[in-house]
Amino acid sequence: MNIPYTKHTLRNGMPVLIHEDHRCPIVAVNLWYHVGSKNEQPGRTGFAHLFEHLMFEGSEHYNHGYFQPLQQAGAVLNGSTNSDRTNYWEVVPTSGLELALWMESDRMGHLLPALTEEKFRNQRDVVLNERRQNYENRPYGMAAMAIVDALFPPAHPYHWLTIGSPDDLQAASLDDVQAFFRRYYHPGNASLALAGDVAPESALALVDAYFGGVEPGPAVGPVACDNTATRDSRVLLEDGVVLPRLYLNWLSPAIFADGDADLDLVADVLADGKSSRLYKNMVYERRIATDVIAVQQSHELSGFFQLIATAAPGHTLAELEAAMSAEITRVAESGPTSAESQRSLAQAEAQFVYRVQTVGGFGGKSDQLNQYNVFVGDPGYFDRDLDRYREATPASVAAAAGRFLVQAPRVAVSVVPRGRLDLALPDSTKVVCS
Amino acid sequence: MIAIDRSRLPTPGADPTVRFPAVSRRSLANGLRVRTVEHRGVPVVSFLLLLSSGSAVEPIDRPGLAALTADMLDEGSGARSALDIEDALSGMGAQFETEVGSDATVLSLLTLPRFCDQALGLLSDIVARPRLFVEDFDRVRELRLNRLRQLRDLAPAVADIALARLLYAGHPYGRLPIGTTRGLESSSADDVSRFHQQVWRPSEVTIAAVGDLSHDDLFGVVERAFGWWTEGAQDPQALAASVPNAMTTPAPAMPVAPLALVDRPGAAQSELRIGQVGVPRLTPDYYALLVLNTILGGQFVSRLNMNLREDKGFTYGVRSGFEFRRAPGPFVVQAAVQTGVTADAVKEVLGELRAIAGPRPATAAELGLAKSALTRGYARSFETAGQIARGLAQLALYELPDDTLEQFVPSIHAVDIDAVTTAAQRFDLSRMTVAIVGDRAKVEPGLRGLGIGEPTVLDAEA
Repeated sequence: MNIPYTKHTLRNGMPVLIHEDHRCPIVAVNLWYHVGSKNEQPGRTGFAHLFEHLMFEGSEHYNHGYFQPLQQAGAVLNGSTNSDRTNYWEVVPTSGLELALWMESDRMGHLLPALTEEKFRNQRDVVLNERRQNYENRPYGMAAMAIVDALFPPAHPYHWLTIGSPDDLQAASLDDVQAFFRRYYHPGNASLALAGDVAPESALALVDAYFGGVEPGPAVGPVACDNTATRDSRVLLEDGVVLPRLYLNWLSPAIFADGDADLDLVADVLADGKSSRLYKNMVYERRIATDVIAVQQSHELSGFFQLIATAAPGHTLAELEAAMSAEITRVAESGPTSAESQRSLAQAEAQFVYRVQTVGGFGGKSDQLNQYNVFVGDPGYFDRDLDRYREATPASVAAAAGRFLVQAPRVAVSVVPRGRLDLALPDSTKVVCS
Repeated sequence: MIAIDRSRLPTPGADPTVRFPAVSRRSLANGLRVRTVEHRGVPVVSFLLLLSSGSAVEPIDRPGLAALTADMLDEGSGARSALDIEDALSGMGAQFETEVGSDATVLSLLTLPRFCDQALGLLSDIVARPRLFVEDFDRVRELRLNRLRQLRDLAPAVADIALARLLYAGHPYGRLPIGTTRGLESSSADDVSRFHQQVWRPSEVTIAAVGDLSHDDLFGVVERAFGWWTEGAQDPQALAASVPNAMTTPAPAMPVAPLALVDRPGAAQSELRIGQVGVPRLTPDYYALLVLNTILGGQFVSRLNMNLREDKGFTYGVRSGFEFRRAPGPFVVQAAVQTGVTADAVKEVLGELRAIAGPRPATAAELGLAKSALTRGYARSFETAGQIARGLAQLALYELPDDTLEQFVPSIHAVDIDAVTTAAQRFDLSRMTVAIVGDRAKVEPGLRGLGIGEPTVLDAEA
């Protein structure tokens, strides 16, 4: 499997990736800007994401909401911001391609003349409500804040979440918006992918017509950071929950770096499915937990590996911690069994096939081409990506578990019901997130 | 070089022709219906097993039994334990999911063509002869009880449960599929076994098989896997007689209360549900209601979202929808709004519901936008095997005519402003209920000022 594509570079430096798939009369337009919350400064956190919202509020030549003409054309569209990048996409009927390119290029080239203080204040309110809905008012919703706060030092660009802090969002000004746009939103810091029912030559000509004249901005350099973890720590957070939950966290390799795929496989062995080691032990047999999750969170500058489990009523987080630590040590000593390795590989290979079912949206083929292009400089990395899982061995998986988990400092975050500090891991420091 | 014109938006070209899947319809000797579609290009096959029974057919004193039973299917069957089943599925890289709704239970299986026989054989095994052992039952029920405990802290779930209770007291739609603590505690492994025999019958099942194989090959896979399944000895009539039926039990004419509050001290937002008993899927004004809802709250540029989010900044998003079920399902507006504007948000929503039915009917521009969005976007519904299988399951569940997919675009085009206004007159504020999960001390005074009645205080029940 792969995603066949052509790559072109416009005269302003913007890469254009085109993939043909004529099975359905639709086209995905997917545009990445290589900017995320990692590019923010302390005191102005949450800004990249707030900016993303403003991209939907109109640009110079269509100074109305971004959604209306595209929805009228039958499109579905969205955008998202994470620590590393901001993406925007439309999936349009074949007949709507030019409209989508018109709209995307107008907000890349001509956003600022349409920006007003009123739009800015409105979207800040919307974002504050997004934060309330997805973090403040959600059980365990503040755990992620406590985790990155404890795991990454204050100067590290992953020390804060993409949603940002309310104080910082309130402090942001329209001047900040303009400076941010000039610095990060230009062809030299973007990557465009089209996938679907397109004729590559005419599509490229259209892209060139709409985007080719947009001026490139200043080069955006890499963001510096220090990924050396210092020491073990334990924190606890009170929340409106009935069952306590433990999050164990370690710094880990960045996306596509050595060890990243091995840690995905460690996560599989530990907690993917009922027959995984931790699920079987903690949920199925001993019933000390109601769920367990293992995940290698792969980001551009660094990763972090997480083990998360919720205690069943009457059980303590210390019991969960003991079970998880013991199993990590076992994986580091002897790696996965051959049956476990075969299952992991079968799943990885099937997942790669399932991923090429859609041309657009989050995770569709157009998004995938951009991810490879932006992070490894090779849109055709699909096969190489899968090879990482094929080339992993029980020894390499064991080595990754040993190096990145067993021998590395660990941040343990206990989330406990309000007033039940006794349920946290012993010797945890209480923190407050707001 | 193509000249571009930024003085106006480009006009989209001709609408694309929707490529409808060619459906083959057959049955097995045991009555199980099979729908197949050849969907080439990506080597996957999506199987979707639809059982036309969900939580609405549970015994009234066993809320949660249908979902508990569905959950028990893959906990062991024949010689395989739950872990053996999991190993077999993951060894194929298959994705297996179970969903239980009020009218239906859906098991979906996504796999690679070379594993079809093996995967579907496993599916038939778990569906037709699950072990249903007591020790597995105890574990699964305990997990579901813990899930219910956790839902009491999840505002959207508390609001959904409250709304169902307010609109459908004494009706099978008055509870969510997850059930209640009491219902699960009252259920036994024997109940699961009996319910399975009564409900899980080949004559009640449709399998949609869509993917990178021929019709005959897809049908053959289903026949080999499910051909041996026979109707059980239990009499399905016995269940029907003991359970109030959603199709024959009228929904209450009025909600339990016009305004209800679940207190969540300190909540940063109020979780809001405003709704009434709506219409069944087979309502004659189905397409007018789709257009109406698209204008009102079914897309980003809807009246509700443009008002509450884009104009006022009250919320991250608000949407509305008719839940079209076999019997009249609810119409619901839902949003999470900042605590301080709770009463204002309710007032705005009620104002929009009133306006579209008369004082401020849909405009020609709104109608055009909604119809274009629905018809031009329709091609997207047939991109993946899983989407097509889901469409076929909808046809089977509501017993819709075979040409329903082809009729969608012309039926939407036929909707005019009068039809939308008439459809909007189904909104009846005297039959609506407003359910709010939020900080009672902060929101109650404002709500009293709305003139829709005294707030009834509910417990966060689950």
